[in-house]
Amino acid sequence: MSKEYLLLDKIEGPLIFLSRAEDVSYGEVIDITLDDGNKRRGRVIKIDKDAIVAQIFEGSSGFSVVNSSVRFSGKPFELPMSKEILGRTFNGIGEPIDQGGNIFSKDVYNVNGRPINPVARKYPRNYIQTGISSIDGLATLIRGQKLPIFSGNGLPHNEIAAQIVKQANISEKEGEEFAVVFAAIGVKHDDADYFRKTFEESGVLERVVMYINLANDSIVERVMTPRCALTAAEYLAFEKNMHILVIMTDITSYCEALREISSAREEVPSRKGYPGYLYSDLASIYERAGMMKHKGGSITFLPILTMPNDDITHPVPDLTGYITEGQIVLSRELFQQNIYPPISILPSLSRLMKDGIGEGFTREDHPDVANQIFASYSKVQDIRALAQIIGEDDLSELDNLYIKFGRLFEEKFIRQDFDDNRSISETLDLAWDMLSQLPKEELERIDPEMLGKYYQGKSGK
Amino acid sequence: MIELKGIITMVNGPVLKATSMTGFKMREMVMVGGKKLIGEVIALEGDRGTIQVYEETEGLKSGESVISTGKPLSLKLGPGLIGNIFDGIERPLLEINSVSEGFIPEGIGLLSIDTEKKWKVCITVKENDVLREGQCFATVEETSLILHKVLVPQGMSGKVIEKKEDGFYNIEETLLVIEDDEGKMYPLRLSHEWPVRTPRPVKERLPISSLLVTGQRVLDIFFPVAKGGTAAIPGGFGTGKTMTQHQLAKWSDADIIVYIGCGERGNEMTEVLEDFPKLIDPKTGKSIMERTILIANTSNMPVAAREASIYTGITIAEYYRDMGYNVAIMADSTSRWAEALREISGRLEEMPAEEGYPAYLPSRLAEFYERAGYIKTLNDQEASITIIGAVSPAGGDFSEPVTENTKRYVNAFLGLDKKLAYARHYPAINWLNSYSGYVKMLGNWYEKNVNEDVLELRAKMIRILHEENKLQEIVQLVGEDVLPDDQRLILEISRVLRIGFLQQNAFHKDDTFVPLIKQYKMLKCIELLYDKAHLTIKKGVPISKVKNEMLFGEVTKMKYTVSNDDLSEIDKISEKIVQYYDDLIKEYG
Repeated sequence: MSKEYLLLDKIEGPLIFLSRAEDVSYGEVIDITLDDGNKRRGRVIKIDKDAIVAQIFEGSSGFSVVNSSVRFSGKPFELPMSKEILGRTFNGIGEPIDQGGNIFSKDVYNVNGRPINPVARKYPRNYIQTGISSIDGLATLIRGQKLPIFSGNGLPHNEIAAQIVKQANISEKEGEEFAVVFAAIGVKHDDADYFRKTFEESGVLERVVMYINLANDSIVERVMTPRCALTAAEYLAFEKNMHILVIMTDITSYCEALREISSAREEVPSRKGYPGYLYSDLASIYERAGMMKHKGGSITFLPILTMPNDDITHPVPDLTGYITEGQIVLSRELFQQNIYPPISILPSLSRLMKDGIGEGFTREDHPDVANQIFASYSKVQDIRALAQIIGEDDLSELDNLYIKFGRLFEEKFIRQDFDDNRSISETLDLAWDMLSQLPKEELERIDPEMLGKYYQGKSGK
Repeated sequence: MIELKGIITMVNGPVLKATSMTGFKMREMVMVGGKKLIGEVIALEGDRGTIQVYEETEGLKSGESVISTGKPLSLKLGPGLIGNIFDGIERPLLEINSVSEGFIPEGIGLLSIDTEKKWKVCITVKENDVLREGQCFATVEETSLILHKVLVPQGMSGKVIEKKEDGFYNIEETLLVIEDDEGKMYPLRLSHEWPVRTPRPVKERLPISSLLVTGQRVLDIFFPVAKGGTAAIPGGFGTGKTMTQHQLAKWSDADIIVYIGCGERGNEMTEVLEDFPKLIDPKTGKSIMERTILIANTSNMPVAAREASIYTGITIAEYYRDMGYNVAIMADSTSRWAEALREISGRLEEMPAEEGYPAYLPSRLAEFYERAGYIKTLNDQEASITIIGAVSPAGGDFSEPVTENTKRYVNAFLGLDKKLAYARHYPAINWLNSYSGYVKMLGNWYEKNVNEDVLELRAKMIRILHEENKLQEIVQLVGEDVLPDDQRLILEISRVLRIGFLQQNAFHKDDTFVPLIKQYKMLKCIELLYDKAHLTIKKGVPISKVKNEMLFGEVTKMKYTVSNDDLSEIDKISEKIVQYYDDLIKEYG
């Protein structure tokens, strides 16, 4: 029979402070019963002699310093896992919120996970065809990669994620099982509903595990949401050998929740008020993606974040970019030109792409083509800047060809319908169509042999 | 030794406070709680102490014990380090993986290099020889590349009074016993321990005099790093810091590479583990893993061990330096280390300086970089440590505290540029804001090993690139066509320089590593092209004729078309250049 503590010292935001607690361990879960019978849960986040600080998952409203009884469970925050979670919907701390009842299993997992030993990792090398040209061609998604979408408010990041869920070949071979783990972190009802509808339409709903923390739910729960989702993903991938696609939106809300708790704890802030440990904290989430030796499954991780004020140097996208293996950046400019998907290819990058494309993976010409498009399209930007000043009429002949290439590239290659599913060879052929607008001599990044084989334009001179 | 016991009173992430700590020493290693987590004392006040813990602290309770070990955080140094991968406090990750497959558990204790393995030892001293500290008394072939020289540890010296025969021994067995003048006896083994935060002694520092050849053109010729020097590679995410570091680890001509993955991605370490064993060092013909030591504290591993990983790396580097080797350290990334300092400082509620970093950030950075150098060992051999640190500035802004302070202590600054990276110009080292303080110091070296005009050539090419930068500003406003022909030539030649020389393809079999002599000849060829073309323009020939697509294309592509072992192709291109412009001048003459 564990002790009950009936008196709190202080309540601040989602945190409670109490003293004279005995035998409390760091990180353990506490159960609180309010005088009206309402039950809450929380977690110990600091121990100082016999005084403890705990955060309450559901928030502290309704608490007074005398109306609650606190009981220490002696256990860290754990979730039971079984394959029954497929098709189910949970709240941010892993409690079922559909009508399916509780998950019963003797396999319980600490939601914080443990760091994967780098020697146990398997380097991801197999590409996932998403059917979206600008991703497959230029920022190829690799199975086991963590590739975030850097978006802005109002940009169609949800649609892109939905299109990937719909079109991507998540499982490696026929017969291998796949599943989608979806975590909504502080998003609007509409966004959560949109995803639910998409999963339903693409017929994967019974293979989706959802963890939902809406914008008006508690922020402490919000901090636990990605951890619960990744615990489920790790269980399915590494215990059940399934290929998992994790979609998480919106990481910015997560970081804001972390900041809110940090400021309630009166910690020393670093950039823009975010806590100094934001990098380590984000890493403890992102690094849970990957593949492991001797385990069949994989976790491919597609987090979505909205850049405040479209600023890529804001701490959230900045620190994310330092941890993840590349990023897909959306552009407001393309969006305003009515181009879907508005993927800004120059800052977009897939770090694992170099080992997962080319001969034996996609097609022999893929690396050179991607390289050339980056180089040529970046030149288009310079020429456009020039044309703004001197006018398009005064551009040289070659510059005009570049302008034309740029326009066609955006209209034909980047632009793609929501239900247009292009194969990798379609994507690469399309890229050659675009590059063939330019004289052969301009294509310096491409091996002459490939040029001979694929180039369809005419030589400059 | 009496075992001291403290009592935990506070837990806050990786930081603990405990009482009854009288008798504990600063920087002493301790065992924390029932799981015996490894920690280090970082502050003492009265009988209260603060401890940073190198493992996850979840589950620790107030009232649990803190047990002293009586020694500072130390590394076991001996054969078995090379080719291995360790965590931030020198625990072998492969062994951890065999204990607990897949994930890293807490409380596995202090593992270190393999104590069981028997090494073939060759003892190089005789009985009655008098040994001083730092002297080599035995050798072990650690890998096919590295002869491990076993040195007399610091503080020990004397006459050999007992000696084992050559044979197979593990690192704990006594090989020799020496007796000093006062009759004190010391047993000598293959291994000894060294506290990570203390630099190992050297006889004297020597002036810098030779180049760390990396095979990367933008470095070796434009912004050289010297053996014993320090360099920083700052760059926002996606600019290719890690790629550059990997290239240096693969190809630089150091004898030993210590690669510290400090707070970076797990997959990057996996990539090194998968790729390096397959790569062959051009100098020795052996796998480069046979000279590489990896230290990994990935971003999701405990933050306190990240702080230690840098010291672990440099201590191991010093150990091999003392054997007379040239060691290069790649620290990727020092910013994560600085952030670990910041995180712990924040948990200690210290007064923050800039952007929340502790006020001692500059002095810690200085302590680290100052451990580099070209030196004479206690055994009178020349050896060096070169430090190349990646810096990850927040928001890609080079004016943030870590970049700014690092700049003060390094001599070569290789700034990576977002715009170049976006155009996939790799290595994305910006030639306008990078610098190397070693250019002058290496003048003699270039003269002796390459050619006497290297520095002159370099200066000329840099002048062209700077000139191009100015011209580009004008071009941005009015277009290229209005420039006079000699200025347009500058633009064209810069293009050749940028694409044909500065840009280098890490995935191309020839281009990934380029011998210095080829680098020089390539640059000479570009110079010839410029000089000849310039002369022709001065004679009044229009740029449209002077810029021959074929010729310019051939020069740009020579990095791919000319193989590294046969440079006569470059001479042929040079002949073509001379021929073409001579003909052109005649035609217009």
